[in-house]
Amino acid sequence: MSDDDAADTIDQAKAATPRPTSLADLFFTFNRLALQGFGGVLAVAQHEIVERKHWLGRAEFLETLALAQVLPGPNIVNLALMFGDRFFGVRGALAALGGLLLVPLFIVIGLTAAYAEYRRIPAVAGALRGMGAVAAGLIIATAIRLMPSLRTNRLGPWLAAGFAAITFVTVAWLRWPLVWVVAGLGSVAIAIAWVRLR
Amino acid sequence: MTLSHAALSTADLLGLFAHFLMLSLLAIGGAITTAPDMNRYVVAEHHWITDAQFTASIAIAQAAPGPNVLFVAVLGWNVAGPLGALATMTGTLLPSTALTLYVSRWGARRRETRGMRAFTTGLTPLTIGLLVATGWLLARPYVADGSHAIGALAVVAVSIVGMLKTRLSPMWLVAIGAVAGVLGWV
Repeated sequence: MSDDDAADTIDQAKAATPRPTSLADLFFTFNRLALQGFGGVLAVAQHEIVERKHWLGRAEFLETLALAQVLPGPNIVNLALMFGDRFFGVRGALAALGGLLLVPLFIVIGLTAAYAEYRRIPAVAGALRGMGAVAAGLIIATAIRLMPSLRTNRLGPWLAAGFAAITFVTVAWLRWPLVWVVAGLGSVAIAIAWVRLR
Repeated sequence: MTLSHAALSTADLLGLFAHFLMLSLLAIGGAITTAPDMNRYVVAEHHWITDAQFTASIAIAQAAPGPNVLFVAVLGWNVAGPLGALATMTGTLLPSTALTLYVSRWGARRRETRGMRAFTTGLTPLTIGLLVATGWLLARPYVADGSHAIGALAVVAVSIVGMLKTRLSPMWLVAIGAVAGVLGWV
């Protein structure tokens, strides 16, 4: 999408202020975008909500996303909750959440049951092993994509990289419970950031 | 992934639910960052499923349409059937949903405060460390299996490069992985 398009989208959103007409509208929009999302729904969500429905401008979308990312829980789920809440309160939040999760949940459980049935067929077991290796690669790629943010992190690049490395070692190798790592290491990191941000 | 799920007692199910409740609040940067701790709990500590079943659960969820967080439901299903899926999914969604609804009304104005910025600045490095840990734990069962270690490493490498250097949809990478697996390379 070009910058002109983005500007147009924001202008249109401001001019017409389209909004979801009902809880059902919210539900089916989120259902539609969830079913298009293979390997992640966020990009599709941006397309549907900003480009197609004009319910949010691009900047507004990014702002909502930033907050969704800071909060615990899946980003897209938080985004759906915040978006639904904005128009219809808690009922809207639940309608968006239901649209996002309900049908995909039945599909994925159906696939799981089918896999349990056919997993003795070598091709089926092999396909899933291959997809599992890809899943590992996709997650590592996400981490690599985020790594440049360590350089600009206000903790300083070395300290930030150190925290990332210690997290990896304690969680993946030493298998410490995550709650210890986040409560211990996380608190130290937040405290140092607090001091350095002044 | 046996057809009959591990028979979990009510206490076990409640424990599963409680553990996922706690992880929900630690899931900074997405549910996937807590996957290593889910693995520690259901595989290493309780032996309800194997390492390979754990990775398969995540692979199925990534291959299906919808948010990736649904891997949590698949995990629960593989541990204890429908009740297991209910325990893990509600455990994962309840606390973060409540918090999000609360904070979205209150936090939107405070996102730029020093406290919020210290919170994100401090936790971003941990998120990155957790993502690498998750990828490592998912790849481990394949790479540790000596007969296919090279093929598995190659598929992991191809998907990393494909993700970073091309504009290919992840769906195609998953499809390539499936084909490599059918051919017996992984």
